Amino acid sequence: MNNNIVNNIIDEMEQTTESPFEMRVIDRRTFLKLTGISGSGLVLGISLKNSMSSAFATTGNEFTANEYVRIATDGKIYVYSINPEIGQGIKTSVPMIIAEELDANWEDVIVEQAPINENIYGRQSAGGSNSLTSAWDKVRIAGASARSMLIATAADEWGVPAAECRTESSHVYHDGTSRQASYAKLSVNAANQPVPDKDSLVLKKRSEFKLLGQRISGVENMQVVTGKPLFGIDTVVPNMRFAAYEKCPATGGSVKDANLDEIKSLPGVIDAFVLKGNNEPTELMPGVAIIANSTWAAFSAKKKLKVVWDESNATKASWSEATINARDIAKKSKGEDLINLGDVDKKFTEASKTVEAFYEYPFLPHAPLEPQNCTAWVHDGKAEIWAPTQRPARGVSAVSKLLGIAEENILLHQLRCGGGFGRRLMNDYMCEAAAISEQAGVPVKLQWTREDDMAHDFYRVGGFHSMKGALDKNGTLTAFHDHFITFMGSNKKPVASGELRKGEFPSDVLTDTRFTQSMMPLRVPTGPWRSPRANGIAFAVQGFMDEMSTAAGRDHMEFLLEILGEPRWLEQGNDGALNTGRAARVIKLAAEKAGWGKPLPEGRGLGLSFYFSHRGHFAEVADVSVDANKKLTVHKVTVAGDVGPIINLSGAENQCQGAVLDGLSTALGLQLSIENGRIQETNFHQYPILRINKAPDVAVHFIESDFKPTGLGEPALPPAAPAICNAIYAASGIRVRELPLSKSGITV
Amino acid sequence: MPDLQLDVNGKNYQVTDIEADTPLLWVLRDHVGLVGTKFGCGGGYCGACTVHLDGKPVRSCSVPASSAVSMKITTIEGIASNDDVLHPLQEAWIEHDVPQCGYCQAGQIMSAAALLRDNSNPSDEDIDTAMSGNICRCATYIRIRRAIRTAATKISGNTLKTGGNV
Repeated sequence: MNNNIVNNIIDEMEQTTESPFEMRVIDRRTFLKLTGISGSGLVLGISLKNSMSSAFATTGNEFTANEYVRIATDGKIYVYSINPEIGQGIKTSVPMIIAEELDANWEDVIVEQAPINENIYGRQSAGGSNSLTSAWDKVRIAGASARSMLIATAADEWGVPAAECRTESSHVYHDGTSRQASYAKLSVNAANQPVPDKDSLVLKKRSEFKLLGQRISGVENMQVVTGKPLFGIDTVVPNMRFAAYEKCPATGGSVKDANLDEIKSLPGVIDAFVLKGNNEPTELMPGVAIIANSTWAAFSAKKKLKVVWDESNATKASWSEATINARDIAKKSKGEDLINLGDVDKKFTEASKTVEAFYEYPFLPHAPLEPQNCTAWVHDGKAEIWAPTQRPARGVSAVSKLLGIAEENILLHQLRCGGGFGRRLMNDYMCEAAAISEQAGVPVKLQWTREDDMAHDFYRVGGFHSMKGALDKNGTLTAFHDHFITFMGSNKKPVASGELRKGEFPSDVLTDTRFTQSMMPLRVPTGPWRSPRANGIAFAVQGFMDEMSTAAGRDHMEFLLEILGEPRWLEQGNDGALNTGRAARVIKLAAEKAGWGKPLPEGRGLGLSFYFSHRGHFAEVADVSVDANKKLTVHKVTVAGDVGPIINLSGAENQCQGAVLDGLSTALGLQLSIENGRIQETNFHQYPILRINKAPDVAVHFIESDFKPTGLGEPALPPAAPAICNAIYAASGIRVRELPLSKSGITV
Repeated sequence: MPDLQLDVNGKNYQVTDIEADTPLLWVLRDHVGLVGTKFGCGGGYCGACTVHLDGKPVRSCSVPASSAVSMKITTIEGIASNDDVLHPLQEAWIEHDVPQCGYCQAGQIMSAAALLRDNSNPSDEDIDTAMSGNICRCATYIRIRRAIRTAATKISGNTLKTGGNV
């Protein structure tokens, strides 16, 4: 796309989330060998290494078709979900794909969490909206392969050609001889069939889908609404003790002294000790562990804990200083070139109009509602761990490294996560629980408080964009320059999720574009936060685009469509690259559904924004009112998205509504203050997450194109904030260049 | 360290050897063994820990268990009229596929159940007022509203048919 990208654009997201697509269907023989399951489903050997003992233990003549499907003789069809469930609905959507190709009756399907074993499944993680994309081909093959073996079994028994048989609702039929057999009945002999060559399998055409595209309620909703144990925090193991862990509020501090004797004498407290840690925020930072006979006893003791911290190596970071420094840098410097296409300077000289603006967005915590927790039992050179995590295998390797326990001696139980948003891609709390259990010599459930969760996160990094745009006499955007001011980590590169990427909009579609970068040092942990990078950059760049179309006196939709140009896929076959045709379709659809251009009363306005991220093309129109006191009412947000065919319409719509409201919530009033290395906000009274009384309706429209289906956890979020800010301008003339909106005096 | 007698979902529990100030939340989770009531903030801000005391919604993280002695404690595990059925709200939550991560939903349902007990035909404003103490970090609010309306319809329908109370 362009050759002028400097080498220091890091690719952190690629490192921290799944590889885009990995074709990995292991053959059944290898699978059975790895899992220790015989052809008929009998367990021959159970090995901790493969963590298969519980999930794959079978008795009798069950049919273990492959690593995703097992059919029991009672007709239950067990489908394994390989990725962590964090609220993105993956435990429902991917099994639906398998059931579709298997022609299973959804009522017969029981979804189970697959064991964590990347030798079998490839990467098992929840991040980057990647799970569905990477699953699509391989799980279709898994479902179709099992179906083919069931057909072959029936054909053999009936003495008819397999090609004359058909399947429907967990049955094989031979219409010519009016015979039918249930999958349950066929499962007894199906394991004797050879596994079909995957090239011989005929996958369904889209027109043949029966289950996909329907509204299916989440497979764990019954447990959720009846309060059954489900989440990491619900773990109870025999002889379990309860642990709390106090770390230095400024990252990098270590324990100089603590009132351990006093703490150990408190009621309910069993032990208290210092852990030195390895100074890796993603693993184990120094702190004081308290072991107690209940969560409350541990929390109460933690309140009485007095630690003298050695802060000689701790961060002194200050957000208020950073905001001043960033403005200073913007005035004095243009930054170093990251992307420099065409001749931007020439276009600015020739411009009939130029516009300049400075945009800013703050640090954010992830704040999943389930505070971090993990249960661990480390003993005799082995570890058993129960964790709500988005990246389980990385947790195992981190614990292995930290405690010197071989990975094959660590058994990890993946539990449902009470929210993720990127936070649980890091497994620091898992390392802590394991280290505490090892030292205490008992199984422990480590429970963080909300205050711990706010103080020790891998935050969405704040950022600054000093932008300049050029218009020609027709009001066409002819050049764009963004001086991005970000933060630098210890490796002299931008901190995690604080970098620009090649192809950054509009460099992918506008000939004369320049992105430059300046960095300020920072020692606060950062990391991916729902729609990493895009969640901030979209606000700045798409808000600025509205300033440009306004300066040009043009309709914003027409202006955006002109920038995108002719329908084309910028990298044919790469669904990570913008497709301007798909972009234009969602922009037009959102505009049409929202009544773009309709007359509105004084004080009311529509704002339009588009953003492409995480393989999803999304346009959103916000409909807002702003009164004379800057009180904002968001009436409705209209969403149009293209992520290919929709798997579960209910889940898909829910993800988009949640993402838009998350974007709104964040834009309205969420920010972290960091002073002297300490996060100032401690709990939800200082971090006002959107509540129901301020939640507008969100109408979701999908263009179900024929491209490969892609994930939905993230891409609907980035356009929300700029759509709302652009609408605020349309309604009131107030241009929002800083988030949250509360900084501009706008309230709800 | 006192012992407590608690009536949880119509069953008596003898809880022994706990700190006097232990919040009801942690007695339910760590001692009684009912984990449907969730810990979210510990300060009464998020509503994940909502239970009923004598039918009134409270934040169990901020109520000492000792003050719940001799009161009827109802949790998500006991909100349905018996073990074999679901509360109309639980049914509606499944029908509308409300949950994303699901962590807040027990608290949401408990707040909604208290609302419907007092007001079987709530307006959207009534719903917003009654539910604004419950955070959903996944922001499933639109479906929460819909599910409450559906349950309200079911409940008032049932009331007409049976003439009984809900």
